[in-house]
Amino acid sequence: MENQDIEEIRQAVRQLCSNYSEDYWLGLDRTGGYPTDFVKELTTSGFLTVLIPEEYGGAGLGLREACVVMEEVCRSGAHAGACHAQMYVMGSVLRHGSDYQKKTYLPKIAAGELRLQSFGVTEPTTGTDTTSLKTVAKKEGDEYVINGQKVWISRIEHSDLMVLLARTTPQSEVSKKTDGLSAFLIDVQAANGNGLTIQPIESMINHHSCELFFDDLRIPADNLLGEEGKGFRVILDGMNAERILIAAECIGDGRYFVDKASAYATNRIVFKRPIGQNQGVQFPIARSYTQVEAAALMVDKAVDLFDAGEPCGAEANIAKLLASEASWQAGDVCMQTHGGFAFAKEYHIERKFRETRLYQIAPISTNLILSFVGEHVLKMPRSY
Amino acid sequence: MKVLVTAKRVVDYNVSIRVLSDNSGVDLNNVKMSVNPFDEIAIEEAVRLKEAGKVEEVIVVSIGTSACGEQIRTALALGADRGILVETEEDMQPLAIAKVFKALIEKEQPKMVILGKQAIDGDNGQTGQMVAALSGLAQATFASEVVVNDDDTATVTREVDGGLEVISVKLPAIITTDLRLNEPRYASLPNIMKAKKKPVDTYSPEDLGVDVTPRVKTLKVTPPAERAAGIIVETVEELVDKLKNEAKVIS
Ligand SMILES: Cc1cc2nc3c(=O)[nH]c(=O)nc-3n(C[C@H](O)[C@H](O)[C@H](O)COP(=O)(O)OP(=O)(O)OC[C@H]3O[C@@H](n4cnc5c(N)ncnc54)[C@H](O)[C@@H]3O)c2cc1C
Repeated sequence: MENQDIEEIRQAVRQLCSNYSEDYWLGLDRTGGYPTDFVKELTTSGFLTVLIPEEYGGAGLGLREACVVMEEVCRSGAHAGACHAQMYVMGSVLRHGSDYQKKTYLPKIAAGELRLQSFGVTEPTTGTDTTSLKTVAKKEGDEYVINGQKVWISRIEHSDLMVLLARTTPQSEVSKKTDGLSAFLIDVQAANGNGLTIQPIESMINHHSCELFFDDLRIPADNLLGEEGKGFRVILDGMNAERILIAAECIGDGRYFVDKASAYATNRIVFKRPIGQNQGVQFPIARSYTQVEAAALMVDKAVDLFDAGEPCGAEANIAKLLASEASWQAGDVCMQTHGGFAFAKEYHIERKFRETRLYQIAPISTNLILSFVGEHVLKMPRSY
Repeated sequence: MKVLVTAKRVVDYNVSIRVLSDNSGVDLNNVKMSVNPFDEIAIEEAVRLKEAGKVEEVIVVSIGTSACGEQIRTALALGADRGILVETEEDMQPLAIAKVFKALIEKEQPKMVILGKQAIDGDNGQTGQMVAALSGLAQATFASEVVVNDDDTATVTREVDGGLEVISVKLPAIITTDLRLNEPRYASLPNIMKAKKKPVDTYSPEDLGVDVTPRVKTLKVTPPAERAAGIIVETVEELVDKLKNEAKVIS
């Protein structure tokens, strides 16, 4: 049995989500709409402030509680991608922000008055090779001037602030390629149209991802987050939390698919008997269940280490890999179980199937996790 | 004014229950337990009355094993101010529960006791009425609306067979909730956190001077009979014939 706090949070989030039917999410998926009321309710009832310390108006709880929130959101059939980043992007400010930045932003984020749920890292020409990114920020007096391009930057149109990673010292002038990058807090509303152009990308799932073009965007030098040249650390430090939370979302998706598949297999009668009576239908669902539950254990392990302040890079990555594959496979089995009806939008399976597919690619693709495990856990030669 | 509300620990309504093989009861092993849904409505009503300024203190009561502390915590997270756990290993039947409430009413002097109209485990639907009878207080059962007036009365709309009945009761009174009284809220995260710091007093039935020995003996628990498979009739004539001669529901 889980401890009572977790159970209370799970119940409350489940009840909150039940006010937003799957048709609500389908409607948004169709129109590319943003779940403003859902996110507002989740925020004002405190569930997106889990990780913000109490002194800044948050709940000051651990990643375990945060994971339960995201898992339940996904399990309800909702789409956590619209808001999950609000949970963890603020970690960059919390861990690396100045006292002034923390006092200015965190309480407003906790109160839901300020949305910090966008982070700009990926670039079209460098992709996963983050340290080679080409966007530059040049210091001029008490300002930085930013030029370059980003891609797949999600939720930026629904965010007040963005954490941006840009190069402040050319790669040729630093000894370590992770040096010379800096993180900045960008006031999106002020920047938009004044050096920043936002171009939505039409895409398979409703993450509101955009291309960004920076053309002499000027920002106050005070908006530097952490030390100049040490921005990679700012981003890296948030990654374990992000991976584990995404993994928890995949567990929620996986359980959603297994629930839907087993219910349908039990009720759908063909050849005068439930299709789930055929082992060819039943076993894949049972296997999906075992895979989701196994991945959930790995997520648990990663969360325990994270909340105990122990190193958990390998566990966080492995949890994300296993959970994203388990949820995808459960989604595939759920599709197969529903036969032709899987393709009818009103059954919601195809929507969730598309949504859960992302997590094998973003925020980090499976191959890069395998190369991390190969190099850092198994001490094999570095592949890139 | 003070209000007492109930938070009975019952098998969660989503669980499909299993009868024990020796027919002595329902399998409670590793089964998810929750607050009785009608009690959730009672808690919600009391909290709303408090938010409306009609009530100063909401006290939640659960009776049973120490595990009932979980249901008290849930109620505290929903807005109750403090808890009372009457701890006992005894199988608590409506009469015993009513006696405990009578003792608690004497102790706490509430203006209202709001209970669920029934609990979804035993479906007895009699505790509220027994509490009223034992304590000699007015009762308004199956409430779908409760209005607390300034003259120490409450106007309660009751769901009765064939319609609604509006009655006025003198306070203190016993109220039992029907499904349409309100829609219970979920707990916000700050309230879940605060609940941990709210006080809970624990008593035994003996502390309250109540004899809770069961008076009713359960002979046998069996699952409902499985529904027999239906048949598809070919014509209206066949249907009428079967209704007349087999089912004998028309003549
Ligand atoms: C819906 C969506 C939302 C996103 N949101 C954001 C966001 O908010 N902010 C943000 O910064 N980014 C975001 N991203 C970007 C995402 O993080 C990247 O797409 C992801 O990191 C992969 O980078 P890439 O697309 O450039 O792929 P590439 O780097 O081009 O890789 C393509 C493929 O090659 C493989 N590969 C590459 N290098 C190697 C190697 N050395 N060894 C083995 N395999 C390799 C990869 O695993 C991958 O399968 C989002 C992406 C999507 C699709």
